[in-house]
Amino acid sequence: MAENNRGVLLEPLVDNNPITLQILGICSALAVTTKLAPALIMCLAVIVVLSASNVSISLIRHHIPTNIRIIVQVTIIASLVIIVDQFLKAFAYEISKQLSVFVGLIITNCIVLGRAEAFAIKNPPLPSFLDGLGHALGYSLILVVVATIRELLGSGTLLGHEVLTTVANGGWYEPNGLMMLAPSAFFIIGLMIWAIRTWKTAQLEKPEYRIHVVHRTETM
Amino acid sequence: MPHKADDNGSMGFLAATLALPNEDPRKIVFVAVALCLVCSVLVSTAAVALKPLQLRNETLARKAEILRVGGLYEQGGDIETLFGQVETRIVELGTGEYSDRFDPATFDDRDAARDPALSSDLDKGQDIAGIRRRSDFVPVYQIREGGSLDTVILPVHGYGLWSTMYGFLAMDSDATTIKGLTFHEHGETAGLGDQIANPRWLSQFTGKSAFDDDGQPRISVIKGLVDSQSPDARFQVDGIAGATLTSNGVTNLLQFWLGVDGFGPYLDKLRKSGG
Repeated sequence: MAENNRGVLLEPLVDNNPITLQILGICSALAVTTKLAPALIMCLAVIVVLSASNVSISLIRHHIPTNIRIIVQVTIIASLVIIVDQFLKAFAYEISKQLSVFVGLIITNCIVLGRAEAFAIKNPPLPSFLDGLGHALGYSLILVVVATIRELLGSGTLLGHEVLTTVANGGWYEPNGLMMLAPSAFFIIGLMIWAIRTWKTAQLEKPEYRIHVVHRTETM
Repeated sequence: MPHKADDNGSMGFLAATLALPNEDPRKIVFVAVALCLVCSVLVSTAAVALKPLQLRNETLARKAEILRVGGLYEQGGDIETLFGQVETRIVELGTGEYSDRFDPATFDDRDAARDPALSSDLDKGQDIAGIRRRSDFVPVYQIREGGSLDTVILPVHGYGLWSTMYGFLAMDSDATTIKGLTFHEHGETAGLGDQIANPRWLSQFTGKSAFDDDGQPRISVIKGLVDSQSPDARFQVDGIAGATLTSNGVTNLLQFWLGVDGFGPYLDKLRKSGG
């Protein structure tokens, strides 16, 4: 059982990562990773929401009527997100302003509803908690890596502290403006997927179909 | 089972309902209602309990913004202490006179704009900023240097493409030269219209003339780049590429707030009295 729980917690970190394998939660991963600080707060918000939503849904799983289960899940997730958002506005005002709508959009983050529907509704609270925590940490891992690369190359800073002195501040580093734009996160995530799949070949997907090559003698 | 319910009616109802099969309509309704109740209590508790802290944050952010546009902001400095250098006065827009009817520390012109007794309706011709109602009393923030007025900071707002943009306009004591402009609250398109809050773009306003020699508000955000040779260059600021309507919104709100229905009369008085 303990072995099983460990697997539930650790598997989503790399082997079943929500971003690089399941390709979920990409929108917020693009939007909040220009700087490391907002990315960290976003990770914290997702960790809280995903663990809490999995636990609460798991607790009442025997009493959720099948017909309205998605609405029940979304209601729970939405309430948790609003509460987290209220806390951020009270205790991390500046960063909550930078995150703007993206905290609210955790409601529609496929990872959260996905875990509720795929795991929490069928499993007891403890494994559900670990599953939620694991997926949130897997999400956070990618966000932190992407945000570190983007902030370092895009502004020459990390968490606002200067690491590479930029030309504008009399240094040598010419910031890469592309890193401040959303497409750069696509490139970084793409490269990470490539690297992870080269390392863990089990993640490679079988081609769904092959293009049939028509030899010219076969036509007509 | 049923005889257990006798001592406590509500517990009995709860147990009986929970024991119903999940597909029973009564159970579906019960689960939906109970869930909504629990969630709404949790959400409203959080919202109400955290409101004072959030309001404090908002006030501090507003003060920090005023300090920033007035050039008094210091990184890491205590905002309340720094704000001690700023004097808040309430101006009656129609006459341009200072008013002592309200306590400047608590007066909120956004609330006043909703109160029919303290605000005026704007008709279509007047309402170039798209704000519909305007409070008759608005706070202004003054920074004095050695006794004489150095900077006056005016709150401005107006409609852009999607949202009302709220900002502060800092004017020199000559009531003509712009010292700075900031926007602290808006919902314009991320990546395009939100450049109105970009300090690099905003810095273009510094040193521009808000009024021409006849006292008409002329400052505008133009489409494209300002031709520095043009005689009008001192009234013009580069437009934001891909955000024409937001840029127009900025022009409109500046024209409105500098005009006769905005701070026009007040600024006239300042100019005549020299502060």
